[in-house]
Amino acid sequence: MALTGLQIFKLLPNTNCKDCGFQTCLAFAMKLAARQAELDLCPHASEEAKEILGAAATPPIRLVKIGTGPREVTVGEETVLFRHDKTFYHATAIALSLTDTMPDDEIAQRISEAEGINFERAGENLTVNLLALLSESGNAERYAETARKISDESGMPLILCSDDPQLLKPAVDACAVRRPMIYAATEKNWESMAELARSFKVPLAVRHHGSLSDLHDLASKIREAGVEDLVLEPGAGTLAMALENQTLIRRAALEQSDKSFGFPTLVRLGGGDEGPLTVSSAATLAICKYASIVILDRYEPWMFLPLLTLRQNIYTDPQKPLQVDPVIYAIGEPGPDSPLAVTTNFSLTYFIVSTEIEGSGTPAWLAIVEAEGLSVLTAWSAGKFGGELVGKRLLEMGVEEKVSHRKVIIPGYIAVIQGEMEDAMPGWEILVGPEEAGDIPAYLKEVWE
Amino acid sequence: MAFEITTKTWPGKIPEITLGKDKGGGFRTVTIGGEETLPFHHFEGRTANRPVIALEVPDSDPENWIELAKEPYRDVLDNPVAWAKRAVDDFGADLLCLHLRGAHPDRGDRSAEECAELVRTVLDETRVPLIIKGPGPSDKQNEVLRKCGEAAEGEGCLLASAVEGHYQTLVATAIAYGHYLVAETPIDVNLAKQLNILISEMNLPPQRIVIDPLTGGLGYGLEYTYSVMERIRLQGLGGDPMLQMPMICFVGEETWKVKEVKTTAEDQPDWGDQRGRALLWEIGTAVSLLISGAGILVMRHPEAAAVVRKAVGELMGEGN
Repeated sequence: MALTGLQIFKLLPNTNCKDCGFQTCLAFAMKLAARQAELDLCPHASEEAKEILGAAATPPIRLVKIGTGPREVTVGEETVLFRHDKTFYHATAIALSLTDTMPDDEIAQRISEAEGINFERAGENLTVNLLALLSESGNAERYAETARKISDESGMPLILCSDDPQLLKPAVDACAVRRPMIYAATEKNWESMAELARSFKVPLAVRHHGSLSDLHDLASKIREAGVEDLVLEPGAGTLAMALENQTLIRRAALEQSDKSFGFPTLVRLGGGDEGPLTVSSAATLAICKYASIVILDRYEPWMFLPLLTLRQNIYTDPQKPLQVDPVIYAIGEPGPDSPLAVTTNFSLTYFIVSTEIEGSGTPAWLAIVEAEGLSVLTAWSAGKFGGELVGKRLLEMGVEEKVSHRKVIIPGYIAVIQGEMEDAMPGWEILVGPEEAGDIPAYLKEVWE
Repeated sequence: MAFEITTKTWPGKIPEITLGKDKGGGFRTVTIGGEETLPFHHFEGRTANRPVIALEVPDSDPENWIELAKEPYRDVLDNPVAWAKRAVDDFGADLLCLHLRGAHPDRGDRSAEECAELVRTVLDETRVPLIIKGPGPSDKQNEVLRKCGEAAEGEGCLLASAVEGHYQTLVATAIAYGHYLVAETPIDVNLAKQLNILISEMNLPPQRIVIDPLTGGLGYGLEYTYSVMERIRLQGLGGDPMLQMPMICFVGEETWKVKEVKTTAEDQPDWGDQRGRALLWEIGTAVSLLISGAGILVMRHPEAAAVVRKAVGELMGEGN
């Protein structure tokens, strides 16, 4: 947990010797609290101070990186239980599994499908993140060869899945430079797995589906054996158990500074005979409640748009609304005679307005004006959506070339900007649209005929 | 260091609400609320009742629904009574949400008397509790819900929805005929609290109010609803009586209208099969709102509802 300047000050010598470069110990303490200085600037700091400050500086949940290069996956370092308290930082990484018994061309196809999943939404690219290679052949050579091939041909980071350290070793060796994660250390194999992870400097998943205290003991032993990058997999046999375990692990890390639970977590789904919708409903819970990695042993192409959109929603910073690009969007297939409407670049506003226009059956142009991602009324109150500015932007965007008429619809809540817009857009008629997006279809039907 | 679970307790509790009327003859009631802890935190507090699923029943052919959503009711689209019975008997709805959409001036302008008659028939035929959803905030809605409330006197229906500026008539109706009231506010904790206070000041007890935090569907503001619900529940458990009501989410209507659900796989091949994608859009919205505190989920597709029902069972610790 972070310390305040005063708490840090009490740990300093209070001699104001200026050796650290600051005028007083208090000034130095304030800089330390703000993370703008390091304790080693003070040559007189006690061992106790070093220890306490060192522990406080360590994030309660460790940041773990899997893979290398542009598709490197970063999970952990979360700081809250509820997203409204701050934000969730590192979105749940989705891993798709494949097995070494699949023919090479099928493996190649699955990889290219996984790499191809990419939905652009609100200025972000939604993708799946990892490939989980299961060893079903039982043949270490085949497994290592497959792992090497994937690691050579795909930029997606790998999870190497087997409980047999002997079988895993050649595969880990073959692609260690690409930093795969080993899955998983268990009660039975943990010593060899810890050795493998430590010697190849790769992250290690720790699985225990028994009680949380069993998982805790196992993670403690592996930490003591010198493995720093762990990912924890508690039991998730039912949704209630998944929720309980994930919640208690996150709480222990954040509220008790529990070191053995201070790691990202993992949920593996789809290994049983449940249908893809049931798997997806479990994935929904996992994304909302704290899983850093979800391995899907079963998946269908249609699962990804909903699940990745959910992930984007949950991991959006509540303080920084998503924004869409400020351009003129074609909704349906509008022509020069189609209606033209304008609103802000707050992604939610855009999505709702465009959905209603689409639902109306009347194709239209929707011009998005930059307003720092604020909604219409908020943007207007903050002086980001005044009539002069909106009018100017619309002309700059080239609305005159898009439509042959000279009419533009503004949101009903800001009817007040009508006059200013008329001044800013000579020759244009400024129409006041409805206040609520839900009334857009009726409005278009009535007004635009 | 061994691990020990530390648990939290809360000073507040969500009061229980029993919808419907236990009058024998196969008439069922539904009890929601009763939580003494965060959603499904069984390890530290009691969740007295399982969240329930209401299926939507439109009073007239919902011409704006996509084919996929109409499919289960193909032969009863303009027969709300048959629709309602199917939703209960075949699809296992805990309760129904009768949407009086046809009372809207633009959609047939059905009279309040006709609506009331339909309400009476659906209650008698299905024998499950009813959410009566009006055509939208207006004088017409007030009139319609008043007539319906009168026709269903003592049946413990849930009237939807009171909003700021249009709540007095509905409150009076709920008081006069023994019903419960949905209080809808636009995704804001303070506005929710304020409306509950206004309603309580008219002497409808807080135990007769259900909060509608306004559902943003998946991709369309879900995160706002999710967080507002978490905050409402935290404040309610923290002891604020004006935020201790159970919550209702109108999931079906918010999910089935969006582009990602309506677009076919032919038009967007990389989005994958439309059926699974559409069902998951509704399931994903429902499950995330379930774990942020929903007590009633109003859903559209029976297959999505079945998956969510299974999730509720697991979250309640059944079948473990």
